[in-house]
Amino acid sequence: MMEQHHSQSLLKTSTFQPASRYRKTPPEKPRKLSQSKDRTALMIGWILRGGVIVSAVITLLGLVLLPFRSGGLADLGLDTFPHTLGAVWVGLLGLHPTAVIELGLLLLIATPVVTVATSALAFAIERDRRFVAIALLVLAILLTSFLLGKNG
Amino acid sequence: MAMHFSVELLLFIFAGSLLAGSIGALVGLGGGILLVPLLTLVFGLPIHYAIGTSIIAVIATSSGSAAAYVRDRMTNLRVGLFLEVATTIGAVSGAFLAGLLVPTSLFVIFGVILLISTVPLLFKLGEELPAHVQNDRWADRLHLSGSYPDRYLGKEVSYQVTRTPQGLIMMYVAGVISGLLGIGSGVFKVIAMDTIMRLPLKVSTTTSNFMIGVTAAASAGIYFARGAIPPLIAAPVALGVLAGAFIGSHLLMRLSNRALRLIFLPIMTLLAIQMVLRGVGITI
Repeated sequence: MMEQHHSQSLLKTSTFQPASRYRKTPPEKPRKLSQSKDRTALMIGWILRGGVIVSAVITLLGLVLLPFRSGGLADLGLDTFPHTLGAVWVGLLGLHPTAVIELGLLLLIATPVVTVATSALAFAIERDRRFVAIALLVLAILLTSFLLGKNG
Repeated sequence: MAMHFSVELLLFIFAGSLLAGSIGALVGLGGGILLVPLLTLVFGLPIHYAIGTSIIAVIATSSGSAAAYVRDRMTNLRVGLFLEVATTIGAVSGAFLAGLLVPTSLFVIFGVILLISTVPLLFKLGEELPAHVQNDRWADRLHLSGSYPDRYLGKEVSYQVTRTPQGLIMMYVAGVISGLLGIGSGVFKVIAMDTIMRLPLKVSTTTSNFMIGVTAAASAGIYFARGAIPPLIAAPVALGVLAGAFIGSHLLMRLSNRALRLIFLPIMTLLAIQMVLRGVGITI
Protein backbone atom coordinates (compact mmCIF):
# COMPACT_ATOMS: atom_id res chain seq x y z
CA MET A 1 0.00 0.00 0.00
CA MET A 2 2.78 2.42 0.96
CA GLU A 3 4.60 1.58 -2.22
CA GLN A 4 1.50 2.25 -4.25
CA HIS A 5 1.09 5.62 -2.65
CA HIS A 6 4.60 6.54 -3.52
CA SER A 7 4.33 5.43 -7.11
CA GLN A 8 1.13 7.37 -7.52
CA SER A 9 2.78 10.61 -6.57
CA LEU A 10 5.43 9.89 -9.21
CA LEU A 11 2.70 10.14 -11.82
CA LYS A 12 2.48 13.86 -11.33
CA THR A 13 5.90 14.34 -12.86
CA SER A 14 5.33 12.01 -15.79
CA THR A 15 5.10 13.55 -19.23
CA PHE A 16 2.36 13.11 -21.76
CA GLN A 17 2.61 10.50 -24.46
CA PRO A 18 -0.02 9.84 -27.13
CA ALA A 19 -1.97 6.72 -26.33
CA SER A 20 -0.91 4.85 -29.47
CA ARG A 21 2.76 5.33 -28.74
CA TYR A 22 2.22 4.52 -25.12
CA ARG A 23 1.09 1.03 -25.92
CA LYS A 24 3.97 0.15 -28.18
CA THR A 25 6.70 1.42 -25.87
CA PRO A 26 6.01 0.81 -22.22
CA PRO A 27 7.59 3.25 -19.75
CA GLU A 28 11.18 2.31 -18.95
CA LYS A 29 10.89 2.63 -15.21
CA PRO A 30 8.39 0.15 -13.81
CA ARG A 31 5.70 1.93 -11.83
CA LYS A 32 3.75 -0.63 -9.95
CA LEU A 33 0.32 0.92 -9.57
CA SER A 34 0.17 2.72 -12.89
CA GLN A 35 1.27 -0.42 -14.71
CA SER A 36 -1.27 -2.64 -13.04
CA LYS A 37 -3.88 0.07 -13.59
CA ASP A 38 -2.97 0.03 -17.27
CA ARG A 39 -3.31 -3.74 -17.39
CA THR A 40 -6.75 -3.55 -15.78
CA ALA A 41 -7.81 -0.84 -18.22
CA LEU A 42 -6.50 -2.90 -21.13
CA MET A 43 -8.39 -5.99 -20.01
CA ILE A 44 -11.66 -4.12 -19.48
CA GLY A 45 -11.15 -2.21 -22.73
CA TRP A 46 -10.87 -5.51 -24.61
CA ILE A 47 -14.03 -6.90 -23.03
CA LEU A 48 -15.96 -3.74 -23.94
CA ARG A 49 -14.70 -3.70 -27.52
CA GLY A 50 -15.26 -7.43 -27.94
CA GLY A 51 -18.83 -7.19 -26.60
CA VAL A 52 -19.64 -4.19 -28.76
CA ILE A 53 -18.20 -5.63 -31.97
CA VAL A 54 -19.75 -9.10 -31.59
CA SER A 55 -23.20 -7.72 -30.70
CA ALA A 56 -23.07 -5.15 -33.53
CA VAL A 57 -22.11 -7.79 -36.11
CA ILE A 58 -24.89 -10.15 -35.01
CA THR A 59 -27.48 -7.33 -34.92
CA LEU A 60 -26.42 -6.23 -38.39
CA LEU A 61 -26.63 -9.81 -39.63
CA GLY A 62 -30.21 -9.97 -38.36
CA LEU A 63 -31.07 -6.79 -40.28
CA VAL A 64 -29.45 -8.12 -43.44
CA LEU A 65 -31.48 -11.32 -43.14
CA LEU A 66 -34.76 -9.33 -43.07
CA PRO A 67 -35.35 -8.99 -46.83
CA PHE A 68 -34.69 -12.70 -47.32
CA ARG A 69 -37.50 -13.75 -45.03
CA SER A 70 -40.71 -14.81 -46.74
CA GLY A 71 -42.89 -11.74 -47.14
CA GLY A 72 -40.00 -9.27 -47.01
CA LEU A 73 -40.10 -6.01 -45.04
CA ALA A 74 -43.60 -4.89 -45.86
CA ASP A 75 -45.76 -7.07 -43.62
CA LEU A 76 -43.49 -7.01 -40.56
CA GLY A 77 -45.45 -6.35 -37.40
CA LEU A 78 -43.95 -4.32 -34.58
CA ASP A 79 -45.47 -6.45 -31.87
CA THR A 80 -44.40 -9.92 -32.89
CA PHE A 81 -40.95 -10.82 -31.71
CA PRO A 82 -39.44 -13.30 -29.26
CA HIS A 83 -38.88 -11.89 -25.77
CA THR A 84 -37.97 -14.91 -23.71
CA LEU A 85 -34.64 -16.69 -23.88
CA GLY A 86 -36.42 -19.87 -24.99
CA ALA A 87 -38.25 -18.12 -27.82
CA VAL A 88 -35.04 -16.44 -29.00
CA TRP A 89 -33.34 -19.86 -29.04
CA VAL A 90 -36.15 -21.45 -31.07
CA GLY A 91 -36.06 -18.51 -33.49
CA LEU A 92 -32.29 -18.81 -33.83
CA LEU A 93 -32.57 -22.46 -34.87
CA GLY A 94 -34.78 -21.29 -37.73
CA LEU A 95 -32.42 -18.36 -38.42
CA HIS A 96 -35.33 -15.97 -37.92
CA PRO A 97 -34.13 -12.34 -38.38
CA THR A 98 -35.83 -10.94 -35.25
CA ALA A 99 -34.35 -13.71 -33.11
CA VAL A 100 -30.87 -13.01 -34.54
CA ILE A 101 -31.32 -9.28 -33.73
CA GLU A 102 -32.52 -10.08 -30.19
CA LEU A 103 -29.43 -12.24 -29.67
CA GLY A 104 -27.26 -9.27 -30.68
CA LEU A 105 -29.18 -6.98 -28.32
CA LEU A 106 -28.93 -9.49 -25.46
CA LEU A 107 -25.16 -9.66 -25.93
CA LEU A 108 -25.09 -5.85 -25.82
CA ILE A 109 -27.05 -5.90 -22.54
CA ALA A 110 -24.66 -8.51 -21.12
CA THR A 111 -21.54 -6.49 -21.99
CA PRO A 112 -21.56 -4.12 -18.96
CA VAL A 113 -22.28 -7.03 -16.62
CA VAL A 114 -19.34 -9.00 -18.02
CA THR A 115 -17.25 -5.83 -17.69
CA VAL A 116 -17.94 -5.65 -13.95
CA ALA A 117 -17.13 -9.36 -13.57
CA THR A 118 -13.88 -8.83 -15.48
CA SER A 119 -12.89 -5.91 -13.29
CA ALA A 120 -13.35 -8.13 -10.23
CA LEU A 121 -10.93 -10.58 -11.84
CA ALA A 122 -8.49 -7.81 -12.79
CA PHE A 123 -8.46 -6.43 -9.25
CA ALA A 124 -7.90 -9.97 -7.94
CA ILE A 125 -4.81 -10.23 -10.14
CA GLU A 126 -3.68 -6.89 -8.71
CA ARG A 127 -4.36 -8.30 -5.23
CA ASP A 128 -6.53 -5.30 -4.46
CA ARG A 129 -8.92 -7.06 -2.11
CA ARG A 130 -10.99 -4.01 -1.34
CA PHE A 131 -11.84 -3.45 -4.99
CA VAL A 132 -12.49 -7.14 -5.64
CA ALA A 133 -15.12 -6.84 -2.90
CA ILE A 134 -16.53 -3.62 -4.42
CA ALA A 135 -16.79 -5.13 -7.92
CA LEU A 136 -18.39 -8.32 -6.56
CA LEU A 137 -20.84 -6.22 -4.56
CA VAL A 138 -21.91 -4.34 -7.70
CA LEU A 139 -22.27 -7.66 -9.52
CA ALA A 140 -24.37 -9.08 -6.68
CA ILE A 141 -26.69 -6.03 -6.70
CA LEU A 142 -27.04 -6.35 -10.50
CA LEU A 143 -27.98 -10.02 -10.24
CA THR A 144 -30.39 -9.24 -7.37
CA SER A 145 -32.16 -6.65 -9.49
CA PHE A 146 -32.43 -9.16 -12.35
CA LEU A 147 -34.09 -11.64 -9.98
CA LEU A 148 -36.34 -9.00 -8.41
CA GLY A 149 -37.42 -7.92 -11.86
CA LYS A 150 -38.36 -11.46 -12.80
CA ASN A 151 -40.50 -11.92 -9.72
CA GLY A 152 -42.03 -8.46 -9.73
CA MET B 1 -49.99 -1.50 -34.51
CA ALA B 2 -49.07 -1.38 -38.15
CA MET B 3 -45.96 0.62 -38.72
CA HIS B 4 -44.57 0.46 -42.20
CA PHE B 5 -41.03 -0.69 -42.27
CA SER B 6 -38.86 0.40 -45.08
CA VAL B 7 -35.17 0.79 -45.65
CA GLU B 8 -35.70 4.58 -45.49
CA LEU B 9 -37.29 4.37 -42.04
CA LEU B 10 -34.46 2.22 -40.74
CA LEU B 11 -31.91 4.67 -42.15
CA PHE B 12 -33.70 7.65 -40.56
CA ILE B 13 -33.67 5.95 -37.17
CA PHE B 14 -30.02 5.05 -37.70
CA ALA B 15 -29.14 8.69 -38.46
CA GLY B 16 -31.01 10.05 -35.41
CA SER B 17 -29.31 7.46 -33.22
CA LEU B 18 -25.93 8.39 -34.66
CA LEU B 19 -26.45 11.95 -33.44
CA ALA B 20 -27.79 10.83 -30.04
CA GLY B 21 -24.85 8.46 -29.58
CA SER B 22 -22.18 11.00 -30.41
CA ILE B 23 -23.64 13.65 -28.07
CA GLY B 24 -24.22 11.07 -25.34
CA ALA B 25 -20.61 9.90 -25.61
CA LEU B 26 -19.40 13.48 -25.14
CA VAL B 27 -21.47 14.51 -22.14
CA GLY B 28 -21.76 11.18 -20.30
CA LEU B 29 -25.49 10.63 -20.77
CA GLY B 30 -27.43 7.96 -22.58
CA GLY B 31 -29.08 9.14 -25.75
CA GLY B 32 -32.54 8.97 -24.14
CA ILE B 33 -33.16 12.73 -24.04
CA LEU B 34 -32.93 12.97 -27.81
CA LEU B 35 -34.05 9.51 -28.72
CA VAL B 36 -37.34 9.16 -26.85
CA PRO B 37 -38.85 12.34 -28.39
CA LEU B 38 -37.53 11.32 -31.80
CA LEU B 39 -39.10 7.87 -31.60
CA THR B 40 -42.44 8.99 -30.14
CA LEU B 41 -42.99 12.31 -31.91
CA VAL B 42 -41.36 11.73 -35.29
CA PHE B 43 -41.91 8.02 -35.79
CA GLY B 44 -45.04 7.63 -33.66
CA LEU B 45 -43.69 4.76 -31.60
CA PRO B 46 -45.71 3.91 -28.43
CA ILE B 47 -43.98 5.31 -25.33
CA HIS B 48 -43.25 1.93 -23.68
CA TYR B 49 -41.39 0.78 -26.80
CA ALA B 50 -39.52 4.09 -26.94
CA ILE B 51 -38.36 3.74 -23.32
CA GLY B 52 -37.31 0.10 -23.83
CA THR B 53 -35.39 1.12 -26.93
CA SER B 54 -33.73 4.02 -25.14
CA ILE B 55 -32.40 1.58 -22.50
CA ILE B 56 -30.62 -0.20 -25.38
CA ALA B 57 -29.34 3.20 -26.53
CA VAL B 58 -27.93 3.94 -23.06
CA ILE B 59 -26.02 0.64 -22.99
CA ALA B 60 -24.78 1.16 -26.56
CA THR B 61 -23.60 4.70 -25.75
CA SER B 62 -21.91 3.46 -22.60
CA SER B 63 -20.15 0.39 -23.98
CA GLY B 64 -19.34 1.98 -27.33
CA SER B 65 -17.67 5.02 -25.83
CA ALA B 66 -16.18 3.32 -22.77
CA ALA B 67 -14.37 0.90 -25.09
CA ALA B 68 -12.29 3.88 -26.24
CA TYR B 69 -12.24 5.82 -22.96
CA VAL B 70 -11.09 2.93 -20.80
CA ARG B 71 -8.33 2.01 -23.23
CA ASP B 72 -7.10 5.61 -23.40
CA ARG B 73 -7.22 5.91 -19.57
CA MET B 74 -9.79 8.71 -19.58
CA THR B 75 -12.19 6.77 -17.35
CA ASN B 76 -11.46 6.47 -13.65
CA LEU B 77 -12.47 2.83 -13.20
CA ARG B 78 -11.96 2.86 -9.43
CA VAL B 79 -14.17 5.90 -8.92
CA GLY B 80 -16.74 4.45 -11.33
CA LEU B 81 -16.97 1.04 -9.69
CA PHE B 82 -16.96 2.44 -6.17
CA LEU B 83 -19.77 4.91 -6.90
CA GLU B 84 -21.67 2.25 -8.86
CA VAL B 85 -22.35 0.49 -5.55
CA ALA B 86 -24.46 3.47 -4.45
CA THR B 87 -26.13 3.88 -7.85
CA THR B 88 -27.20 0.25 -8.21
CA ILE B 89 -28.54 0.13 -4.64
CA GLY B 90 -30.36 3.38 -5.41
CA ALA B 91 -31.82 1.93 -8.61
CA VAL B 92 -33.17 -1.11 -6.79
CA SER B 93 -34.70 0.98 -4.00
CA GLY B 94 -36.11 3.39 -6.58
CA ALA B 95 -37.83 0.52 -8.37
CA PHE B 96 -39.38 -0.49 -5.03
CA LEU B 97 -40.52 3.06 -4.23
CA ALA B 98 -42.09 3.33 -7.67
CA GLY B 99 -44.99 1.26 -6.39
CA LEU B 100 -45.60 3.58 -3.42
CA LEU B 101 -45.05 7.09 -4.70
CA VAL B 102 -46.75 9.17 -7.34
CA PRO B 103 -43.91 10.02 -9.67
CA THR B 104 -45.43 13.03 -11.47
CA SER B 105 -44.59 15.48 -8.66
CA LEU B 106 -41.13 13.93 -8.43
CA PHE B 107 -40.44 14.81 -12.07
CA VAL B 108 -41.09 18.45 -11.14
CA ILE B 109 -38.96 18.28 -7.98
CA PHE B 110 -35.96 16.67 -9.69
CA GLY B 111 -36.37 18.88 -12.74
CA VAL B 112 -36.17 21.97 -10.54
CA ILE B 113 -33.18 20.52 -8.64
CA LEU B 114 -31.46 19.96 -11.97
CA LEU B 115 -32.26 23.48 -13.07
CA ILE B 116 -30.78 24.88 -9.85
CA SER B 117 -27.68 22.70 -10.34
CA THR B 118 -26.89 24.58 -13.54
CA VAL B 119 -26.04 27.70 -11.48
CA PRO B 120 -22.73 26.48 -10.02
CA LEU B 121 -21.81 25.26 -13.49
CA LEU B 122 -22.34 28.74 -14.91
CA PHE B 123 -19.69 30.04 -12.55
CA LYS B 124 -17.32 27.31 -13.68
CA LEU B 125 -17.71 28.03 -17.39
CA GLY B 126 -14.19 29.35 -17.83
CA GLU B 127 -12.53 26.64 -15.75
CA GLU B 128 -10.30 24.22 -17.63
CA LEU B 129 -9.15 22.10 -14.67
CA PRO B 130 -10.25 22.15 -11.02
CA ALA B 131 -7.60 23.75 -8.81
CA HIS B 132 -6.63 23.24 -5.14
CA VAL B 133 -8.41 19.90 -4.75
CA GLN B 134 -7.12 17.73 -1.92
CA ASN B 135 -7.85 14.03 -1.55
CA ASP B 136 -10.21 13.31 1.31
CA ARG B 137 -9.70 10.33 3.61
CA TRP B 138 -11.84 8.01 1.46
CA ALA B 139 -10.00 8.94 -1.71
CA ASP B 140 -6.69 8.25 0.01
CA ARG B 141 -7.71 4.89 1.39
CA LEU B 142 -9.30 3.70 -1.85
CA HIS B 143 -6.69 5.26 -4.16
CA LEU B 144 -9.32 7.14 -6.10
CA SER B 145 -7.09 9.91 -7.41
CA GLY B 146 -5.53 9.39 -10.80
CA SER B 147 -4.35 10.94 -14.01
CA TYR B 148 -5.41 11.05 -17.63
CA PRO B 149 -3.69 11.99 -20.91
CA ASP B 150 -5.19 15.26 -22.14
CA ARG B 151 -4.64 15.61 -25.87
CA TYR B 152 -5.98 19.16 -25.91
CA LEU B 153 -3.54 20.33 -23.23
CA GLY B 154 -0.87 17.98 -24.54
CA LYS B 155 0.08 16.61 -21.14
CA GLU B 156 -0.75 14.04 -18.51
CA VAL B 157 -3.16 15.66 -16.04
CA SER B 158 -3.20 14.30 -12.51
CA TYR B 159 -6.08 15.06 -10.21
CA GLN B 160 -7.29 14.42 -6.67
CA VAL B 161 -10.73 13.53 -5.40
CA THR B 162 -12.65 15.23 -2.61
CA ARG B 163 -16.00 14.99 -0.77
CA THR B 164 -16.37 11.28 -1.57
CA PRO B 165 -19.22 10.62 0.94
CA GLN B 166 -21.30 13.47 -0.49
CA GLY B 167 -20.61 12.15 -4.00
CA LEU B 168 -21.72 8.71 -2.87
CA ILE B 169 -25.01 10.13 -1.55
CA MET B 170 -25.60 11.99 -4.82
CA MET B 171 -24.94 8.75 -6.71
CA TYR B 172 -27.51 6.97 -4.58
CA VAL B 173 -30.02 9.71 -5.42
CA ALA B 174 -29.09 9.35 -9.10
CA GLY B 175 -29.83 5.64 -8.84
CA VAL B 176 -33.16 6.23 -7.06
CA ILE B 177 -34.21 8.69 -9.76
CA SER B 178 -33.42 6.26 -12.57
CA GLY B 179 -35.20 3.40 -10.80
CA LEU B 180 -38.18 5.56 -9.87
CA LEU B 181 -38.69 7.64 -12.97
CA GLY B 182 -37.16 5.37 -15.58
CA ILE B 183 -34.92 8.09 -16.91
CA GLY B 184 -31.19 8.06 -17.36
CA SER B 185 -29.17 9.18 -14.38
CA GLY B 186 -26.10 10.25 -16.35
CA VAL B 187 -26.58 13.94 -15.78
CA PHE B 188 -26.73 13.52 -11.98
CA LYS B 189 -23.66 11.29 -12.14
CA VAL B 190 -21.69 13.93 -13.99
CA ILE B 191 -22.79 16.59 -11.46
CA ALA B 192 -21.75 14.35 -8.54
CA MET B 193 -18.26 13.87 -9.97
CA ASP B 194 -17.76 17.33 -11.46
CA THR B 195 -19.42 19.69 -8.95
CA ILE B 196 -19.15 17.68 -5.73
CA MET B 197 -16.05 15.51 -6.05
CA ARG B 198 -14.24 18.04 -8.26
CA LEU B 199 -12.92 15.63 -10.89
CA PRO B 200 -11.91 17.14 -14.26
CA LEU B 201 -14.98 17.35 -16.52
CA LYS B 202 -13.63 14.91 -19.10
CA VAL B 203 -12.98 12.34 -16.39
CA SER B 204 -16.49 12.96 -15.00
CA THR B 205 -18.29 12.46 -18.31
CA THR B 206 -16.22 9.44 -19.38
CA THR B 207 -16.58 7.80 -15.96
CA SER B 208 -20.33 8.50 -16.08
CA ASN B 209 -20.37 6.88 -19.51
CA PHE B 210 -18.80 3.75 -18.08
CA MET B 211 -21.32 3.71 -15.21
CA ILE B 212 -24.61 4.34 -17.05
CA GLY B 213 -24.26 1.09 -18.99
CA VAL B 214 -23.94 -0.91 -15.78
CA THR B 215 -26.95 0.84 -14.23
CA ALA B 216 -29.03 0.39 -17.40
CA ALA B 217 -28.10 -3.29 -17.74
CA ALA B 218 -29.81 -3.90 -14.40
CA SER B 219 -33.18 -2.82 -15.79
CA ALA B 220 -32.63 -3.89 -19.42
CA GLY B 221 -33.23 -7.52 -18.54
CA ILE B 222 -36.62 -6.58 -17.10
CA TYR B 223 -37.57 -4.55 -20.18
CA PHE B 224 -36.53 -7.44 -22.42
CA ALA B 225 -38.69 -9.93 -20.51
CA ARG B 226 -41.65 -7.53 -20.68
CA GLY B 227 -41.28 -7.44 -24.46
CA ALA B 228 -40.59 -3.70 -24.44
CA ILE B 229 -37.58 -3.90 -26.74
CA PRO B 230 -38.83 -4.19 -30.34
CA PRO B 231 -35.94 -5.62 -32.39
CA LEU B 232 -36.76 -3.83 -35.64
CA ILE B 233 -36.48 -0.43 -33.94
CA ALA B 234 -33.79 -1.32 -31.42
CA ALA B 235 -31.44 -2.77 -34.08
CA PRO B 236 -30.94 0.44 -36.10
CA VAL B 237 -30.85 2.38 -32.81
CA ALA B 238 -28.13 0.14 -31.34
CA LEU B 239 -26.03 0.26 -34.51
CA GLY B 240 -26.51 4.02 -34.95
CA VAL B 241 -25.70 4.81 -31.34
CA LEU B 242 -22.62 2.58 -31.38
CA ALA B 243 -21.30 4.35 -34.49
CA GLY B 244 -22.15 7.72 -32.92
CA ALA B 245 -20.43 6.80 -29.64
CA PHE B 246 -17.32 5.89 -31.63
CA ILE B 247 -17.31 9.34 -33.28
CA GLY B 248 -18.13 11.17 -30.03
CA SER B 249 -15.41 9.43 -28.06
CA HIS B 250 -12.77 10.43 -30.59
CA LEU B 251 -14.05 14.01 -30.55
CA LEU B 252 -13.90 14.27 -26.75
CA MET B 253 -10.18 13.52 -26.62
CA ARG B 254 -9.49 16.61 -28.71
CA LEU B 255 -11.91 18.95 -26.94
CA SER B 256 -11.02 21.25 -24.06
CA ASN B 257 -12.89 20.84 -20.78
CA ARG B 258 -14.17 24.37 -21.29
CA ALA B 259 -15.74 23.52 -24.67
CA LEU B 260 -17.19 20.33 -23.22
CA ARG B 261 -18.90 22.36 -20.48
CA LEU B 262 -20.44 24.60 -23.13
CA ILE B 263 -21.98 21.47 -24.69
CA PHE B 264 -23.00 19.95 -21.36
CA LEU B 265 -24.81 22.98 -19.91
CA PRO B 266 -27.53 23.47 -22.57
CA ILE B 267 -28.22 19.72 -22.70
CA MET B 268 -28.56 19.65 -18.93
CA THR B 269 -30.96 22.64 -19.05
CA LEU B 270 -32.98 20.95 -21.78
CA LEU B 271 -33.22 17.79 -19.70
CA ALA B 272 -34.37 19.78 -16.64
CA ILE B 273 -37.12 21.50 -18.63
CA GLN B 274 -38.15 18.17 -20.14
CA MET B 275 -38.48 16.68 -16.65
CA VAL B 276 -40.58 19.56 -15.31
CA LEU B 277 -42.84 19.35 -18.36
CA ARG B 278 -43.27 15.63 -17.91
CA GLY B 279 -44.29 16.30 -14.30
CA VAL B 280 -47.13 18.54 -15.47
CA GLY B 281 -48.24 15.96 -17.98
CA ILE B 282 -46.44 16.96 -21.15
CA THR B 283 -44.24 14.18 -22.45
CA ILE B 284 -41.71 15.25 -25.01
